[in-house]
Amino acid sequence: MSRLPRRSYKKKRMYNYLFATFCVIVTSLSVAALFTLIITIGIQGWHHLDIDLLQSYASRFPEKAGVKAAVWGTIWLCGICVFTAIPIGVATALYLEEFAKKNKITSAIDINISNLAGVPSIVYGIIGLTVFARMFGLFGTINDPLVEIGNPMTFFYFRLPFGSSLLVGGLTLALVVLPIIIVSSREAVRAVPSSLREASLALGASRWETVQKVVLPKAIPGILTGSILSVSRAIGEAAPILVIGGFLFIRFTPENVFDDFTAMPLQIFNWASRPQEEFHAVAASGIIVLLCVLLVFNSIAVLLRYRFQGKS
Amino acid sequence: MTGKEPSTTLCSNTSHQRGGRYLIWKKLIDRFARTVLGCAASVSIFTMVAIVIVLGTETYSFFQLEEVSVSDFFLGTEWSPLLGAQKHFGIWPLICGTLLVTLVASLISIPLGVISAIFLAEYAPPIVRNFFKPMLEILAGVPTVVYGFFALTVITPALQSIWSGIDFYNALSAGLAVGIMCIPIVCSISEDTIRSVPNSLREGAYALGGTKLDTSLKVVFPSALSGIVSACLLSIARAIGETMIVALAAGNLAQLTLNPGAQVQTMTAYMVQIFLGDTDAIGVEYKSSYAVAATLFVMTLSLTLIGAIVTKRYKEVYN
Amino acid sequence: MFNKFLQVSSLSLMILAGATYASDSKMTGTVKVDGSSTVYPITEAVAEEFAEDAPRVRVTVGISGTGGGFKRFAAGEIDISDASRPIKAKEQKLCEEAGIDFIEIPIAYDGLTIVVNKENTWCDALTVDHLKSIFLDGSETKKWKDLNPEWPDIEIKKFSPGTDSGTFDYFKEVVAGKTGAIRSDMSVSEDDNVLVKGVSGNKGAIGFFGCAYYFENKDKLKALPIHNGTSNVMPTSKTIESGEYAPFSRPLFIYVNKASASKKAVDYFVNYYLENAGEMANAVGYVSLPKELYERSQNNYKNLRTGTQFLDAEGEKVIGALATVYE
Repeated sequence: MSRLPRRSYKKKRMYNYLFATFCVIVTSLSVAALFTLIITIGIQGWHHLDIDLLQSYASRFPEKAGVKAAVWGTIWLCGICVFTAIPIGVATALYLEEFAKKNKITSAIDINISNLAGVPSIVYGIIGLTVFARMFGLFGTINDPLVEIGNPMTFFYFRLPFGSSLLVGGLTLALVVLPIIIVSSREAVRAVPSSLREASLALGASRWETVQKVVLPKAIPGILTGSILSVSRAIGEAAPILVIGGFLFIRFTPENVFDDFTAMPLQIFNWASRPQEEFHAVAASGIIVLLCVLLVFNSIAVLLRYRFQGKS
Repeated sequence: MTGKEPSTTLCSNTSHQRGGRYLIWKKLIDRFARTVLGCAASVSIFTMVAIVIVLGTETYSFFQLEEVSVSDFFLGTEWSPLLGAQKHFGIWPLICGTLLVTLVASLISIPLGVISAIFLAEYAPPIVRNFFKPMLEILAGVPTVVYGFFALTVITPALQSIWSGIDFYNALSAGLAVGIMCIPIVCSISEDTIRSVPNSLREGAYALGGTKLDTSLKVVFPSALSGIVSACLLSIARAIGETMIVALAAGNLAQLTLNPGAQVQTMTAYMVQIFLGDTDAIGVEYKSSYAVAATLFVMTLSLTLIGAIVTKRYKEVYN
Repeated sequence: MFNKFLQVSSLSLMILAGATYASDSKMTGTVKVDGSSTVYPITEAVAEEFAEDAPRVRVTVGISGTGGGFKRFAAGEIDISDASRPIKAKEQKLCEEAGIDFIEIPIAYDGLTIVVNKENTWCDALTVDHLKSIFLDGSETKKWKDLNPEWPDIEIKKFSPGTDSGTFDYFKEVVAGKTGAIRSDMSVSEDDNVLVKGVSGNKGAIGFFGCAYYFENKDKLKALPIHNGTSNVMPTSKTIESGEYAPFSRPLFIYVNKASASKKAVDYFVNYYLENAGEMANAVGYVSLPKELYERSQNNYKNLRTGTQFLDAEGEKVIGALATVYE
């Protein structure tokens, strides 16, 4: 039986409804911000959006400007980033989950990884510039490489120091997304039921065989989802690229990984910082292209996640 | 039983069928794999070591230069490494610019993020959740250049029409954009923490006659507080390290001011200014950007560490 | 809008009418250019047209600023350095020490334009003394009314190119001279576009940059005539070329690495540049040199004449108009 007088309980219920409405409004504000963002950019960039945008290079005329060099630069960068970060990240996750003993060193690595996730991306850019591009000045200057093998105009070319090139950009982006991949891979590996591991070990398999034939196949969907999400992060990063290469006016697509480059976010940044309204429209169309690419990536990740959840 | 069964080849590879030599081979592969994976794990350690060494040595050589004194850096209130008859290297204008933008951003992201988290975790029916959660994930996935462009082309003109005294480059519009960007961070981590509060606590509150409001604010929220606090700290760290939005919208004037309508220069914007212009490895301007980067790194590192400590120490343990 | 149409159609006509010399679509190679953001619009325009001519030559153009460009040039990192001022004695020494010979080539005239916000109705001209009190370190001037009591009580917000910029160096020389220094409470950026936006968004703002950036954004900015000793002169192509717009008329240069000039692609690019610099300079808003000066440049390049004519044997600056100093 209620000991509260009727009136104050009515008040309480009113406050409850008010708060609920307040919550709905506040949450909708965030969504409203997102919609404002998308709609304003869509309006600005819509009329400039056509196939020429993807096939032309940057230009000083806004009507002729396109994103071809930037798109190819982003593709190369993400390729290098993916091929570097995913093996290292997954290997780290496997090591930490399967092989490492739970001692102080592993918890130190844990803390280290979560700290790395919080480092601003421009700091990674500075590290990439010093360690990868200049290599501490040990191998000569950037345009006078100490080691040079092959022809810079073809695909098969190698040089030391790496210089302000795609390789350095990709490696730096790999450093930026590595903590994300490690964390999501660990979650995926952890989600594999231990009964499977124990069964495999009981049958006489070594630790590595268990990982290779039991754990990894089951964890791959989760690992893939995390990797795709981290690649979307890498596509949108402009700060490290800015530090490594600076903005360049480029009218060609890269030939090899040691080539000069530009990337989508950097090109958008350059167009956005120009005062002419027409260039803002071009920047908006570039953003639409970028967002579409990201949408594709994220949808693949979400689909994979549903398939993965559906299976288990 | 769902999922693939362990490969049947495992059964045929058991040692008693193949003999001792195979066992040694398996052991070798196991050892080899362990080492390779261990090396991969050490990459993350080397990264941190590299960051500390590079920033540390360059900052040290920065302080060794004759124009720079440690006391000027930490106590000075003027930052003019490039101009003026006498160069000043007081870091505080840059820190002030960063903190001003971060303050505006946190005033947006923390209230909106926490309340959205409470709403999504406690109040929202599944249909509504399934609508709002993907929206927030999209907000989180938008590149920061896009937010910078939004700040420049939408927020700044809107602010200029309301407040005529505002500069074109100002801390307020950059702060608003950074705040919107950080909402998903606060919201998703807080929501996870709130959902992990066991239902027994909620049911107990209802049983005592509490409304949903009472339960959420007086029972669930305090229990989840440690996770929410660490979410806020993470979002502040992210706002401090934000580069592209402030480079586009906040300006390049390092001054000590609390006026959000004025131009400021954040630490990250200063680094962009230096790296856009200068390219060799000597010179006081170049080294000053390393010193600024080191300060930035220390600030974000402390925030992430404090966040981790708060989560560990004050996390509620439910039996 | 009409301006853009004119530019596009005139350039298309030029392309359709055929290049002045045979295009070579088989040529390959790289040309690295970096330096002044003032010269950048010209180099960008030339590079873009050049890409139609020799599409397999890769030209990259950076905007590190005149100072930054020279540093990279002296390190051997780039083939061509854009510069909005002649090379300094310090930079010349760096090149000497690195064993780099350079060929100095002027390519256009610029009139460094002082701009204010469009809503600035009170100021119609400035003298160099005004500029000194606005920009010099140690000056007490903070508001417009400090210069002239009839002007409003609005703070002067200053926008300036960065210290790597040749425009900044040139401005500093005129306003501050050898001993003075520019004050530090200014908004500084290497990117002139940022300055344009800053000045156009702020009622009390003042800034300066190459005239191309003014002509490109005429609808957003108001250029101030400068008193040249006898009268107030606005920067127009006539006054810049004749030198009447003083003291801010100046030549723009490119410096070519002599060793790079032996590379086919670089040589082809520099010749193309010299042929088309006049048209491109006018198209982007600068002032082309008289034909005779371009001929001198081409001769000097053909003969690979190294060294600068703007510094004497002791490393002191040679003062004078381009036509008299450069032979």
